[in-house]
Amino acid sequence: MAKRAAPEVNAGSMADIAFLLLIFFLVTTTIETDSGLNRKLPPMEETEQDVIIKEKNIFQLEVNRNNQLFLKTGGEEKVIEIKDLRAAAVDFLDNGGGTGEDACKYCQGKKNPRSSDNFDKAIISLQNDRATKYDTYIAVQNEIIAAYNELRNREFKRTYPSLNLSFVEAEKAYADPRTSSDTKEKLKSKLEEIKLRVPQKFSEAEPKSN
Amino acid sequence: MSKFKKKKGGELPAISTASLPDIVFMLLFFFMVATVMRQNSLMIENKLPQADQIEKLDKKNLVMYIYAGKPSENYKKQFGDEARIQLNDKFADVKDIAAFIAAERASKREEEVPFLTTALKVDSDANMGLVTDIKQELRKVNALKINYTTRKGNALEGLKK
Repeated sequence: MAKRAAPEVNAGSMADIAFLLLIFFLVTTTIETDSGLNRKLPPMEETEQDVIIKEKNIFQLEVNRNNQLFLKTGGEEKVIEIKDLRAAAVDFLDNGGGTGEDACKYCQGKKNPRSSDNFDKAIISLQNDRATKYDTYIAVQNEIIAAYNELRNREFKRTYPSLNLSFVEAEKAYADPRTSSDTKEKLKSKLEEIKLRVPQKFSEAEPKSN
Repeated sequence: MSKFKKKKGGELPAISTASLPDIVFMLLFFFMVATVMRQNSLMIENKLPQADQIEKLDKKNLVMYIYAGKPSENYKKQFGDEARIQLNDKFADVKDIAAFIAAERASKREEEVPFLTTALKVDSDANMGLVTDIKQELRKVNALKINYTTRKGNALEGLKK
């Protein structure tokens, strides 16, 4: 039998095919990841316990159906703009009006006896109407988280000046997979310490329905 | 001296393109691996609000998405223009969320279940009533880790528009 040479396949068009596929994947790729505000919902409890909280330790926010913000704290009630919310929340959290057992070691605020005792006691409560717009709600949430982050940054920088990082930066470094595991180990305890020192005590009341 | 005589003709040799397919394939594989296909086609308007205190939501396989907003133009006739929930590829009711979460949990490995996060992609024009209903439903099924997905930007500026 005559031995036939197999005809060679022309590979010249391979590049074209590959380009076609490449362009398809280029167009369909979305590399960006979503980001947003992480929150934790309170678990459903069978029995609601009433906890007694001093009025001065509550920063009570209410957003009405017209997206206006109403603040009740330290014995006064007022309408507040969202842009002033962050500063007001920081003032409230950082007040440190407690004495004796409740004294706040880290607060640098005005020590107004009619405002919050210490970080641990201070509670921010938010109530919104069912007709409140979602973007207003997100803006309020954002400002509250910003207030907590501001204080945590300050405490982190003051407690660990050698790291030259803020709390938010340290948290980012901790979440970054490129950070080595022993750096992570070191950061973890520090982050925990600051989180414990400035806890996010934020409660959301059931919205009013009309 | 003929040894050092320059070669005749100054024409450049053709650049070999034989390795071009290899290079292209390399890029192709990179994009194939990095690609995440859009899972859901949106049937609602979904203009996310802005915020700046945001955290990244990585580990995409551990995220469940709940969309909410007004039905988009094509679906207005059928579904009205009240904000609605979309799960996977269809409109859903608040009470469908429990089943959706259960189905998502069942599709993941058991040890991954506690790390599941629910991403709420809610249109900025939606009202809080709907969002609160979703949150209540999530509390009932004990899916407590949530993320309000936002765009990066100044929260206050976003409000003015």
